[in-house]
Formats: sequence, C-alpha cells, structure tokens
Amino acid sequence: MKADLHLYDYWPYRDRPRIVWPGGARLAFWVAPNIEFYEFDPPANPQRKPWPRPFPDVGGYSIRDYGNRVGHERQMRLLERFGIRGSVSLSAALCQHHPEIIESCMERNWEFFSHGIYNTRYTYGMSEAQEREMILDSMDTIETHTGQRPAGYLAPALSHSERTLDLFAEAGGIYTCDLFHDDQPTPVTVRGGQRFVSIPYSLEMNDTIAYVVNRIEPRRYGQALRDNFDRLYMEGEASGTVMCIPTHNYQVSCPHRLYALEKALDYITGHAQVWVTTGREIAEYFLGHYYDTAVEDIRRKREHADGA
Amino acid sequence: MALDPEFLQYRHRGRGMDHDRYQWSRLHQREKVSWPGGARLALWINVCVQFFPLNQRGAPFAAPSGMTMPYPDLRHFSLRDYGNRVGIFRLLDAFDRYKVKPSFAVNGAMVERTPGLISTLRERGDEIVAHGWHMDCLHHGGLAAGEESDLIGRTLDSLRAATGQAVTGWLSPARNESPITPDLLAEQGVQWFADWVNDDMPYRFHTRAGDLWAMPLSNELEDRFILMQNLHSEESWATQVCDACDFLLKEAATGGGRILALNLHPWLLGQPHRIGRLEQALDYITSRSGVWAAAPGEILAACVNSDRSELSLD
Repeated sequence: MKADLHLYDYWPYRDRPRIVWPGGARLAFWVAPNIEFYEFDPPANPQRKPWPRPFPDVGGYSIRDYGNRVGHERQMRLLERFGIRGSVSLSAALCQHHPEIIESCMERNWEFFSHGIYNTRYTYGMSEAQEREMILDSMDTIETHTGQRPAGYLAPALSHSERTLDLFAEAGGIYTCDLFHDDQPTPVTVRGGQRFVSIPYSLEMNDTIAYVVNRIEPRRYGQALRDNFDRLYMEGEASGTVMCIPTHNYQVSCPHRLYALEKALDYITGHAQVWVTTGREIAEYFLGHYYDTAVEDIRRKREHADGA
Repeated sequence: MALDPEFLQYRHRGRGMDHDRYQWSRLHQREKVSWPGGARLALWINVCVQFFPLNQRGAPFAAPSGMTMPYPDLRHFSLRDYGNRVGIFRLLDAFDRYKVKPSFAVNGAMVERTPGLISTLRERGDEIVAHGWHMDCLHHGGLAAGEESDLIGRTLDSLRAATGQAVTGWLSPARNESPITPDLLAEQGVQWFADWVNDDMPYRFHTRAGDLWAMPLSNELEDRFILMQNLHSEESWATQVCDACDFLLKEAATGGGRILALNLHPWLLGQPHRIGRLEQALDYITSRSGVWAAAPGEILAACVNSDRSELSLD
C-alpha cells in the first residue's frame, strides 16, 4: 500500500487559467444516473461482502431492483422535462439483463460510461490481467449494445486498485469519475502518459451518500443541491465550474423523494449561463481547450513552489 | 495476487433476472390497473403488532428495534409493549376519525400474550396479516426446512383460530427470509407477502407451490425507517408521506392506479408527541380526491380481477 498514488498534482483553486464553457456558460451541469445490476447471490470477494444480511438479503437486493423496475423511467421523464440528457454510469451486464432500459436511454440520446460488469463484483484483489479483462469486457459490452465506446469510468461500487485509472486510460478512456478532489476538471497522471482527465462527479451531491450514508431528509437534499449550485454558479463567473448530480433510482426516484429533485432541477436549469451537458462533452471540451494550459499552469506553480 | 477465476465468470448474465422468482417487468410499461370507483390512489396502512422477547437470541441477527442492552433490557422490552397497551389505541382513534381501513400484521405469539387486544381487532374486523411468531423468530437459511415450516404453521393456526379470518397475507419479522420462505408460505395457503420492496404495485412471485403475490409495502417510507434509522423529525415523516401521496396521485393520473403503503409501529407513532403527525398526514391524504382507503386483500383483489398488472416478456 502507498500513502498517495500521485494521480494528480496539488493545484490551488485560486488564480487558475480561466475556463469559459460553450456559449459563455460559467457552469457545466450534468446528471449521472447510475443504472446498475446487483446480483442476488454473487461469488464472495475476500475483502468486501456484497450484502450485509445472510443470503438471501431480500431487503438489499429488492430495493435495488426497484430502481430498474420503477425508478429509471420516472427519472427519464423528469430529466426530459428539463432538457437534460443523462450520462449513465452503467453496470455493463444490465445490457444483457434489461435491454429495454438501454433502449429507453438510447431513444433519449443519453451517454453511457462504464461502471464495471456488476455492482456486486469488486475490483479488490484482482490481478492486473483480471482488472483489464473486466474493464475491456465492460467497454466492449456497452459498445456492442449502444454503439458508444465508453469514454468515462466509475469503478464498480467505487472499488479500485492502484492501477485502475492506468488500465482505463490504456483501454482508450478519456475521463474518470472516481476522484473527488476538485470542482473543475483536472489532468490525471496515468502511467502510459495518455491525455486523461478527472471530471467532477461529487460524492456530496450523490443521492445514495445523502440518503443511505448521511440519511438526510429529501427536502434537505434538494436544498443542498440548490446551495451547491448557487456557490458554483457564482464562482464560475471567474472560471467555469462543474456540477454533477449522481443518482440512483432506487433512492432518488422513490415517491417521497422525487419532488426534491424536481425542484432542484427546475431551479438549476432556470439559470441562463448553465451548460447542460454530459460527462463526455465536458471531458472533450476540457481536453480540447484547457488541458494543455492546465498542465502548464500546474507545472509552473509546482516549480515556483519548489524554488521558493 | 489474483481473485478466484469464478469472480470473473457470470453465470446468470442474460435476459431477465438472475434468479427465477419473478419475471422482469417495468412498472410504467404494464397495463394500467383500475381501482373501484375510479380512484387513483389506494391507501394501505399496515400496523405492526409485535412481541420483542426479553431473552432475545438474535439469530442470525437481532431484529431492528429489538433488545440492545445487557439482559434484562427492560427499557426496550417495556417500550415496545407500550405500543400494544397504549399507542395502538391512539392509532385506532385516528383511523376511525379519518375513516381509513388499516390492516394489522400480528405476531402469532400475541394471541396468547394479549387476548384483549386480539379480540378488539377481531371485533373491528380489519384484515389480519401474519407477521411470524415473534420478533426473535427470524426466518433465515440456518433454519431446518421443517423448523421453518412449523413456525409458519404455528403462526397461521394461531391467528386464524383467534380471528376467524382466513389470514392469507404475510410479513416476515424484520422482512428477513430463508431461501425457501416463499415456497413454505405458498404451501400453507398464504396468497400474498410483503417482504420484497422492488415495486410500487403487486406482482406475481413464483414458488414451488404456485404463485404468491408480492405486495408493495415501502420500507423507505415507514415510520421506523424514517424516525429511528434516519433520525428525521416527526414533521419530516409527515412531509415525506404527503409528498409521496402527491407524487403518486399525479403519476396515477396517466399511469393507472397506484398504492400508497404506510407501515406503522404503535410503539413509535403511538407516542403522545408523534400521534399528531400521523393525524396530520391522514388529514392531508384523505382530503385529496381520488384516494381509496382499503385493506391489502381488497387492493390485491382489484389487481387480480383484471390480472393484467404484469407484462410477460418471455
């Protein structure tokens, strides 16, 4: 184990080169629905149990299935109303289990990025070859079923190895959602030297963190979304920021919670200088316009700090 | 370092579910369900009538809200009893005031422990749902099949004899099941159960003794989950229930009948400082037009009669 994987350099938020998003927007806004398949009785990973209760964990399994049976459709209808295209964090096996959901996303021109094969198959303990096989399987499967080669990655159940991002970059990916160190895109250092970036995805705005970990009230979650937006929108005038709402439709699309999300989306998309977009579009725009400047600024500031 | 090769093999990676208990189906793509009188939203209130033994074994785990202190944990034992002695009567008054029709999920052991309460429920005539023997008799894979079958039989016999009802619904203690609980339930004449929380409408659940119906009884909206697990305020519980009511009424306007299912515990909502929030929620829900307060058996019958609540995809 290492104290730091050195995936990114220290780069203070102040005085960075200015980012302006397309159309003069100051905030890039994206919604990332996690469309996941959790297995009823997966093989045990030595480092993490798939379910807290002994088999069968009816409660854990069935509430997640609620997202697939009920939740996604609700959120699709809601996002459509506000002109938002989802960037789907996809368990690739869902393409095989529930192709109807994939079709509904494709009808809406949504983006798909890789979230592993199943959300009950963790990266912990995999050899490099196994992890590469899993990542390539997920990308190939998603490409076969959607026609899109995934550009982004969120490790299954946020389970990582030391080389997860290296392997994804080598497989042709351009962005990761696995890092929570910034409110703007940042370059990520991978062993192959590929041009690879982190796009802010946000744990704090993640409905499962809010509802399952922090256990907050739905309306407080809605308020947090609006407060998060207000601050990033204000700061984005100086240099463009990114706001993401990662969702899980077994949580956010329950009948007692959807009102809070609806109100927040209405509020956010009601602002003029918001670029409503997807993860891939943010990554490509940053790579095309700001990546080189960012790398140079980071290098210059590090040298300055080293020399001081 | 590498994982066992099994970890990268995916035996059930194919169309539908990764088990054979029910068919994959999406709520919004099914035929619409109609409720009697053109109602849009069925209101199902289920009250849990429970016994938490002092000498809890906790196998394979202690039921949520069970004993947590060294023996004898009189504080939790007596506080749960409070619900059956005091709290439940506040709930009954509230139900009568707002003319709603609850069901009662009763532990079989309550028949001997509180015959007075059972006769009150029998006289009211509300639907009785079997809720296992008591809260320390969890159904789990460590039980021998005969043992679990006896547990189910004893619970059903006791409740059927004491209430004179057929008792065809089931809610497992702590919603926990063994791999064969649904099979054993169907074998003993149970027609529906409410442990699974993967839908907002009833669906067919396959067992070796024919199909059960899985009834939707939200865990995320129940008083215990919101107040005790999430530590939200009573006011917030009422707000969440009213928001769910509004959302489902709206969805039902185009999507067909929906169900607002509230699972309540008299030892929790029956407290003097909480009962007002239940009344507030009931006042709100019952004042909406298109709400049909009904027992789970009636709600299910309305679905089964049309029997078009699920698309077959295979």
